[in-house]
Amino acid sequence: MSDRFVIETADLRKNYDGVEAVRGLSLQVSGGSIYGFLGRNGAGKTTTIKVLLGMARPTSGHARVFGLPADAEDASVEIRGRTGFVSEEKELYDYMTVEEMIRFTAPFFPRWRGDLEQRYVHKFELPLDRKVKALSRGMRTKLALLLALCRGAELLILDEPTSGLDPAMTEEVLQALVSHVASEEMTVFFSSHQIAEVDQIADHVAIIDRGRAVVTGALDDLRENFRRIQLVFDGDAPEPAFRAPGVVRVRRKGRVLTVLSSAGAERILDEARALNPVSVDVVPVTLKEIFLETVTAED
Amino acid sequence: MMFRPNPSSGVPIYLQLMEQVKHGIETGALRPGEQLPGIRPLAEELVINPNTVAKAYRELEHEGIIELRHGAGAFVSATARAKKLTDKLRAGQAIVAAAMEKLRARGVTDEEIRRLFEAELAGLAKPGGHRE
Repeated sequence: MSDRFVIETADLRKNYDGVEAVRGLSLQVSGGSIYGFLGRNGAGKTTTIKVLLGMARPTSGHARVFGLPADAEDASVEIRGRTGFVSEEKELYDYMTVEEMIRFTAPFFPRWRGDLEQRYVHKFELPLDRKVKALSRGMRTKLALLLALCRGAELLILDEPTSGLDPAMTEEVLQALVSHVASEEMTVFFSSHQIAEVDQIADHVAIIDRGRAVVTGALDDLRENFRRIQLVFDGDAPEPAFRAPGVVRVRRKGRVLTVLSSAGAERILDEARALNPVSVDVVPVTLKEIFLETVTAED
Repeated sequence: MMFRPNPSSGVPIYLQLMEQVKHGIETGALRPGEQLPGIRPLAEELVINPNTVAKAYRELEHEGIIELRHGAGAFVSATARAKKLTDKLRAGQAIVAAAMEKLRARGVTDEEIRRLFEAELAGLAKPGGHRE
């Protein structure tokens, strides 16, 4: 384990009453990135975030934030002091007004950014004298985001930040994140089950399935390396055993053979051509396809 | 100049931005010496990662197509290299146009032509060839 990463987990496991929520998760999040933590509901995203923030103890393995052990109490206090966090529930005090909520939160954070507070109150068009309980879901998200962004944090951890928001509101939230990262030195780690928003703003991604990372990497590398190779034969497609590495999945259907490759499509192509197909097609693969191919279907 | 990357197309967004800048120069929408939008405003406008915009600009600078002037922003290069690229692309465009005409004459639809081009590009492109 090293300090080169803002977040690093190694073979992280977390069981709850015999249920394995996280099963050997290894992640490395570099500083300055927008890291999308993509997975279906129940894949282990929230549990992982809880471990990172010291709200749950790992059953085994390691989790470090800023190089500090997330399960040590002192370290965890420091981690939380340097991290802005928005939970999926957007926990706020319903009986306060928006302004009271901001004035209540600010003194807890010595590096509170009054300039950003002004900017986001204005940008988000937050109604300062409205009670939190009377806020729409979108406004509630924006207020929670404002409270996290103004702390002067180095790391922002967001659990499903856009869940339940309409497309326009989602775009506003994503834009605020992009704009914040462009002007402040910070790292954003956000969980999501919305492939499109990860595609849009993330530069790194981990696809998590049943508590394990099934794909990790720079999004551009995934886009450049993943390929779908489709071979059509005169008769029934053969059952080839590809020797080249990078073959993720091979599907045979009648005269068609489809190969999903994660890397080295060239070498797979060489082998494929030797099978004498009547046509060969190579097409880029979208993040959505990668997700659907690597994540297990409903039990 | 309008940039319109499609984040879900499977093609890296920085490559799409690079293509759009090159196309802008080729069509004359961007002129030599003209200033490109800053990284932050462009990331905000397109709602994409600022690192992606920065990467596209760095690669374009590396190819001699734009110049990054410290503190002042990004400008379309006024050097011969940018012009040469324009001539090269103009010649390429003529070849593509001729090929398209032939294909259409044979009854190949535009959608099919697009797929053929994409398949050809994906098949020939060296995987990972654009990495830094």
